[in-house]
Amino acid sequence: MNSRSRVLLSLIFFFVTTLASAQGGGQLRFCLRSDPKTFDPVLVDDDPSERVRYITGGFLMRLNRFTQQLEPELATSWKVSKDGRTISFRLREGLRFSDGTPFSADDVAFTMQRLMDLSLHSPTGDAFRSGDGKVQTQVLAPNKISVTFPAPIASLDQHFDQVAIMSAKSPKKEMAVLGPFYVSDYKAGSYLQLNRNPNYWKHDENGRQLPYLDSVRLDIQGNRDTEMLRFLRGEIDLVDNVDAEYYSRVQTEQAGSGHDSGVTLDPEQVWFNQTPKSPIPAYKRAWFRSTNFRVAIWQALNRDDIARIVYRGRAQSAVGMLSPADKFWFNTRLTTHSYDRQGALKLLAQDGFRLQNGQLFDRDGHLVEFSLVTGAGNKTRERIATMMQQDLSQIGIKLNVVPLDFPSLIERITRTYDYEACLLGLTNMSLGPDAQMNVWLSSADNHQWNPRQKQPETAWEAEIDRLMRTQASSLDPKKRKEAFDRVQQIAWEQAPFIYLVNRHALSAISPKLHNAQPAVLQPYVYWNIDRISKSAEVASK
Amino acid sequence: MRPTLVLLANHATRILLITLVGGFLALALARLAPGFGVDEREFDARLSEDTRAAIRQSHDSERNIFHFYFTWLSGLAHGELGVSPSLNQPVRLLLAERLPVTMKLLAWGLLVGWGMGFGLAVPLAFVRGCAYELGANAFATLFLCIPAAVLALFFLLTRSPSALVVGLVIFPKVFRYARTLLRQTAMLPHVLTARAKGLSGIRIFLWHYLSPAAPQWLALLAVSLSLALSAAVPVEVVCDLPGIGQLAWKAAMARDMYLLVCLTGIVTLATVMTKSAVELLGEFCRVRI
Amino acid sequence: MIWMRNIAIGVLAMTFAACLLAGTIAPASYAMQFREEPDAAPSHQHWLGTDDLGRDRFSRLLQGTRISLLLAPAAAFLTSVLAGLIGGIAGYWGGWTERVLMAAADLVLSLPWLFLLLTARALMPLNVSPMNSVAITFLILGLLGWAAAARVVCAGARSLRASDFSLQARAMGCGEARLLFRHVAPNLQPMLLTQFWISIPVFILAEANLGILGLGVVEPLPSWGSLLKELSGLTAISGQPWVFVPLLLLIAVVTSFQVLLVDQELPS
Repeated sequence: MNSRSRVLLSLIFFFVTTLASAQGGGQLRFCLRSDPKTFDPVLVDDDPSERVRYITGGFLMRLNRFTQQLEPELATSWKVSKDGRTISFRLREGLRFSDGTPFSADDVAFTMQRLMDLSLHSPTGDAFRSGDGKVQTQVLAPNKISVTFPAPIASLDQHFDQVAIMSAKSPKKEMAVLGPFYVSDYKAGSYLQLNRNPNYWKHDENGRQLPYLDSVRLDIQGNRDTEMLRFLRGEIDLVDNVDAEYYSRVQTEQAGSGHDSGVTLDPEQVWFNQTPKSPIPAYKRAWFRSTNFRVAIWQALNRDDIARIVYRGRAQSAVGMLSPADKFWFNTRLTTHSYDRQGALKLLAQDGFRLQNGQLFDRDGHLVEFSLVTGAGNKTRERIATMMQQDLSQIGIKLNVVPLDFPSLIERITRTYDYEACLLGLTNMSLGPDAQMNVWLSSADNHQWNPRQKQPETAWEAEIDRLMRTQASSLDPKKRKEAFDRVQQIAWEQAPFIYLVNRHALSAISPKLHNAQPAVLQPYVYWNIDRISKSAEVASK
Repeated sequence: MRPTLVLLANHATRILLITLVGGFLALALARLAPGFGVDEREFDARLSEDTRAAIRQSHDSERNIFHFYFTWLSGLAHGELGVSPSLNQPVRLLLAERLPVTMKLLAWGLLVGWGMGFGLAVPLAFVRGCAYELGANAFATLFLCIPAAVLALFFLLTRSPSALVVGLVIFPKVFRYARTLLRQTAMLPHVLTARAKGLSGIRIFLWHYLSPAAPQWLALLAVSLSLALSAAVPVEVVCDLPGIGQLAWKAAMARDMYLLVCLTGIVTLATVMTKSAVELLGEFCRVRI
Repeated sequence: MIWMRNIAIGVLAMTFAACLLAGTIAPASYAMQFREEPDAAPSHQHWLGTDDLGRDRFSRLLQGTRISLLLAPAAAFLTSVLAGLIGGIAGYWGGWTERVLMAAADLVLSLPWLFLLLTARALMPLNVSPMNSVAITFLILGLLGWAAAARVVCAGARSLRASDFSLQARAMGCGEARLLFRHVAPNLQPMLLTQFWISIPVFILAEANLGILGLGVVEPLPSWGSLLKELSGLTAISGQPWVFVPLLLLIAVVTSFQVLLVDQELPS
């Protein structure tokens, strides 16, 4: 065969394979806020990498973002042992990675060993680290595997929602994937091109291979204004997380493109520095350690106004540590602290505070004034802080807002403790109490108001420690729920965190997209990316 | 020949010394500023104690800036610039991808800035106190008062090339300096004499306006590069242009020492080299004249 | 042209009078949030409408102008004086003095001063008053802004040193100090005035950007910079033309100053 024939044959082969793999679902375009730091699913610890992993990874099971129920994926079934240490999977057979390498239980074993490798410090693996010792994987058959952990893990199966299976044998290593798309091109700072995985295992109800889309292009776009502008111009197809101020504009300019999926898991919260080693004056620490003071501040803040003005009505006054979006774990007996200025003053009076000429003084005559640090450049938080200023001035408290760049802010709240109060928002990536252990245990690093306590310094913190350990060691969902309900109750009463609002999950979706079902868990829009299509015909077939 | 070589050697030594000092001072500033060695990931409640400790330890090699700088320079001697911890990519690769974007932005910026600034200032050397003066002043002031980010956003909205924004940011500065320089020159006796002798306008402008103030013009040219570089940061950040201005902002916010030392080195090198180049040009012109 | 000068005087007189009488003519406190009327259009109650928190824009503009008109020129003056001193001395003396001072200028132009600003913020107490915070910010801006101008001034001073009148003065026995301050410095004045005028709006805008580092004007105090920064959002640019009033006022004030003092930019 001469070279010309070879070229011709190659071209024919290329077109045939391209046509065979193309679904006609088009190219989906949206933005990542920054470059992904890694494509290795085990080492993912930043939001863009997590999003890429979500789209490209193959998972044993997946939390349906809409129903909040686990659904089988690569594993057809699984079983957790009674002692909560072992999980056994039955895997789908005949599957292949994007590069054609066959998938088997060895890949799951390889992924788990890598995940638990202490030297890699995998953030995903940290969820499985329940005790000292090694994780044991036992390949029972090419489609059966059991994984045994050194100690019981509560909600063990739920944690596999984050574990993307890697190939043990592929020469392409982490670039060989089992998800609907694989990374085909990446230009740092510009874009990431994901192409349809021709070996993706899933099919729709009509037996048609998924995903419908041919490719996904992720533009690296840090500026939200630019992202919104591009959406309004039709250059991108969706914005997964829209700020409230842009949302109204989307609604005005492209009716039907804005989607409000309801309240999210994410709270905006304020806490006071109660750390004994902090360099703040002792009398201020005494205020911050008073439950009455904290609850009074909570009551004095008009959170409905914050929701209405800062979030343009796309948020709701927070109840406590969990939002109602967490359908199973939220303590429904709790209601939000009502906005009650007089009630706040009464509580403060119980601690000897007195209002004189519009200014509040403590029992020793100190003027009540404190600073609130927050992340600079975050318009939403700066606005919330400014509203808090006016609310607190109504009960005679002077609040100084100090926006700081993020590294400086983190240094103050985690190292030097040189701050008085802090306003930050938390992003809850998972449901329930599992990811909350590091916040609520008094010995934890992220017990922000008073971290790394050798012994719980208050009775209520000791009680929370006990309840958190109880729920973490129990495998009975009912008992766990009871314990965690009580934790929520104590947190509500003691107010170590003052929860302000839970924002809504707002997204912008082009009318050209089909099958998008925005949810309240992240990612809001493309959690079912394998079923999204830009062609109505393809989507409805 | 010999004095020329000595001159070049002097300039090269100065460039090298200032660049080295610049790199070290940048490191010292970053090291002493709050937020060094702090990682956003430490705030992630999902991480274990071990992982958090590993994140903290990852900055240990950067704590002693003398050691860090020496190690980095040794690497540089072998063409190795290190790996950016915040972006998890080799610095050499990052620079190679982003430098052309910024170079293009700066080239257009300088061209537009000087074209507009100088172009508007020249007529003011000959006429004063007219509507043109008011208009030109107000026009320059307008761009001096508009934040670069707003200009960049406006250009995005109108789908205009963002390279022009850098030009519009430096234009008012070039205009005002150019206007002042031209006016100063216009008052000099030799210009008045040339006019009195009835020399042509172009000849007066080229030989009697520009030549005597050549050092100032060249200094202004050198300064424009610094102005354009500082304007490139907000423009690249707002327009999401993957250039070194955007990279510098990210490096500063993440306290990324590897990127910071490289970027400061590049900026210092560009600043000092431009200055040396215009000085050498000045010397050359002086000798020729 | 007299009419231009009269207009400029009128603009400046009105602006200064409005700032001085801000307490009397402002319809509300600059910090007061009218929470039922966020983002309101201009009305007889709120002449320039309200901002996203329902604060009266006109009152905030008056207060912001007052702060920025006082502090930005002060910082611009400081930076011009430094540029004149450093550039003038470097250019006049030449040699090693020039090399060292200009190397310092190169470094000032190249270094990431962001970190110095962060350190300054860290050294300040958290409960520092907004007014002190903004004053410190402008002081830092004034101290760091001299380098670009110093280079041009240095080049000018070098030319003046070699000029005919300098030679003549020296020949007549004029001392170096007298020559520098009586003959060279006045000829550098136009360049320094240029630097001064450029610096005012540049510093006003820089102050707003420093908010991201925790420096500058903090809530609820407004500044011209923070009002201009509101224009950076996509939502601000469309549909609310009145938000551009601070920008127009800044342009009017800076242009008026230039018109009034343009004669001083000519060499003596």
